[in-house]
Amino acid sequence: MTHKLLSDNVGQRQLMLGNEAIVRGALEAGLSVGATYPGTPSSEISLNLFQISQKTDLYFEYSTNEKVAIEVAASAAAAGVRSMCIMKHVGLNVAADPLMTLAYLGVKGGMVIVTADDPMMFSSQNEQDNRYYALLSGLPMLEPSSIDEARAMTKYAFDLSEQLHEPVLLRTTTRINHSTGPVTLSDILPVKTKGKFTKDPFHLVAIPSVSRNLHIQLLENINKAQAISESSQWNRITGSGEWGIICNGVSYNYVVDAVSDLNIDHQIKIFRVGFSHPLPEKQIQSFVNACKKVLIVEEGEPWLETQVRAMAQEAGQTIPIHGKSDKLFSRLYELEPAKVRSVVAQYFDIPDTKQAALNLNDLPEIPGRPPNLCAGCSHRATFFAVKQAAKSLDMPVIYPTDIGCYTLGVLPPLSMADYLICMGSSVGTSCGFSKSLENKVVAFIGDSTFFHSGIPGLINAVFNRHQFTLVILDNGTTAMTGHQPHPGVDMSQWHLDEFTQVSIENIVRAIGVPNVSIVKPYQIKKSIETFKAAFLSEGVSVVISQEPCTLINKKRKKRAFQVTDRCKNHRICISELACPAFYVENNRVQINPAQCVGCAVCAQICPENAIIPVKEN
Amino acid sequence: MKPIRLIIVAVGGQGNLLASKVLGDAAMRANIPVVMSEIHGMAQRGGVVESALIFGDAKSTIISDNEADILLGFEPSETLRALNKCHEKSWVITNMSPLPPFTVNIGKGKYPDLATTQTLIQQKTDRSFFLDATRLAKEAGNILSVNIVLLGALTATGIIPLSTAQMQDAICNTVKKAFIDINLKAFKLGANAIE
Repeated sequence: MTHKLLSDNVGQRQLMLGNEAIVRGALEAGLSVGATYPGTPSSEISLNLFQISQKTDLYFEYSTNEKVAIEVAASAAAAGVRSMCIMKHVGLNVAADPLMTLAYLGVKGGMVIVTADDPMMFSSQNEQDNRYYALLSGLPMLEPSSIDEARAMTKYAFDLSEQLHEPVLLRTTTRINHSTGPVTLSDILPVKTKGKFTKDPFHLVAIPSVSRNLHIQLLENINKAQAISESSQWNRITGSGEWGIICNGVSYNYVVDAVSDLNIDHQIKIFRVGFSHPLPEKQIQSFVNACKKVLIVEEGEPWLETQVRAMAQEAGQTIPIHGKSDKLFSRLYELEPAKVRSVVAQYFDIPDTKQAALNLNDLPEIPGRPPNLCAGCSHRATFFAVKQAAKSLDMPVIYPTDIGCYTLGVLPPLSMADYLICMGSSVGTSCGFSKSLENKVVAFIGDSTFFHSGIPGLINAVFNRHQFTLVILDNGTTAMTGHQPHPGVDMSQWHLDEFTQVSIENIVRAIGVPNVSIVKPYQIKKSIETFKAAFLSEGVSVVISQEPCTLINKKRKKRAFQVTDRCKNHRICISELACPAFYVENNRVQINPAQCVGCAVCAQICPENAIIPVKEN
Repeated sequence: MKPIRLIIVAVGGQGNLLASKVLGDAAMRANIPVVMSEIHGMAQRGGVVESALIFGDAKSTIISDNEADILLGFEPSETLRALNKCHEKSWVITNMSPLPPFTVNIGKGKYPDLATTQTLIQQKTDRSFFLDATRLAKEAGNILSVNIVLLGALTATGIIPLSTAQMQDAICNTVKKAFIDINLKAFKLGANAIE
């Protein structure tokens, strides 16, 4: 069956997720090479491109991290083919080093960098505003407001990139990536499979003497981009009146709905900025000149506001221009329609059309439904064994952790997370803790995260002879973002033969870690003994905990367990393991057979041996 | 067309994303403007999944508190939790078969009383419809068709601008072929529960 995003039904309207629309736009632009490291809210872009790459001439890869992904895409564009790299906002921090100098080098084939920001931090460790990367690097930036625009802008971004010889930032937010709307299909361009590289070291090798000239070129390109932005169809003004609103991205949608709800269409002009770096300065100045009062509506930092105010000052304007200033909007979290409507009403001094809130004071307390490690998750077993090992050695332990499903180990009763900054930080921070604390340090990192950015920290630890244990939670996939592959995955299980599996154990041994061991975390007693030995060893020790993610492990036969009458209600299974397959009924612990995957961890820790497999008929 | 705002709340694994897809597909075929958004929690399973659908002339893909015209709940305590999305003219359609969260299962935290839940929803909103969608899904032949039972109920209330035939077409177009019959039956059982 062909992929839905490959439909050649030109002119047809399809409902698409924002991330699917971006894929469609890239296909319509004839994308040749794509690379990513998965990260919410961008992950579905990569998922679809990976599937499509199995069916077409498109080359797509899951790279080890975002820095590598951007380098893969950059060199493909240097060879003259169209390329795209996709990452979440914090991923661009990892890729920032190549990004900044790639702006100097420029590109030949069109190159698009998708940065998916996450205001509100639905699934991220911060809500940084990546529009500043456009200012920092000098690169042009586009920001869609609707799903169909996500498609059209992605497609245009490749043309713009080739016109300017610079990569283009396509900046989205979660509410674009994970919203759905109608998209009108255009033609898909054929994939150009091979490019041509023209040697030109004095423009393409960034040594100081070359870069001094390249920086001049970059500034010229910014000027060219500015001229294009001035007449870009993506920057548009609608409505008329003496009040003005300048906005971008999804904020535009909330503004349009607010203006319609408040019935002030005839009093207000809206300037929607879509080509947002460089800003169309002249257009903004003439817009401001024609207004008595301007409101800036944007999520995150006062990125537009600061620039618009500077532009207005340049034009000699002194009218009120506010957004984050004057405490109208917050720099925190995301915007939403009612908030925008209420600020618009307040700022222009008109009555709000707010719906009255229901009185919900008499609602009973509703128990929370926090995210939880799955029933039978191997991470839970590992955490349990580590905790028991530390307990039996009477060791006070600090647990630096990392980014993945296992970050959920922070929740009680596991409580196995003490420090987390970013991808790979478990290893580097363990180095610092081990030098500055008396405590034992035991760090957790997932397999995909280890490849992403854990390895340099481990080399550092060996070289500098730090003293800690690194537990690598190897579940054979990048589980949290939707089970994407990584270099440690055996791809032949999906009949994909063009890959080589990289062994985590071999890497760890090659680095020279003095004490390396492997555990199967479902074997609790053995695991505890191995962890104890690792904790007592000198220098860096690594324990690789190997068990495939239970959600995708097809090989294991699932056989549910049950609690028998021998149970004496110690409830260690609940108070220390807390697998969600347990429930209490009539003061007796039970196991939900629909949820139990038969890992047998609880059976091993029950002091009464009361948990046994359900007999099969 | 004046916007109609629908919030769907469910527990991960109950299939509310498919339900949104069916509604979106039906709206597209009926030439009704539609946008949707979704937020799922951090865990693969067991967390709350919320979708928003807006039919009609609106650009926003999310729904603010007190602005949902319809709340479709797949689980009673989640419906109660999402009442802050409603206003006094809202309609609520909810499954009354509980899926207690883990905290309750292990005796930490109390699941709200179902009769009280029903009374509170009735008192605070304009109209409300309660059904045991889980039982009806089993009756249709698959417990996983809870989502389609609830779509049947939602359609039968007449509050969404989509007809039974349009919804049935969308179901046939969206679900896997092998499950079409079960889902059409589920849709009908859900509708009957309302009428």
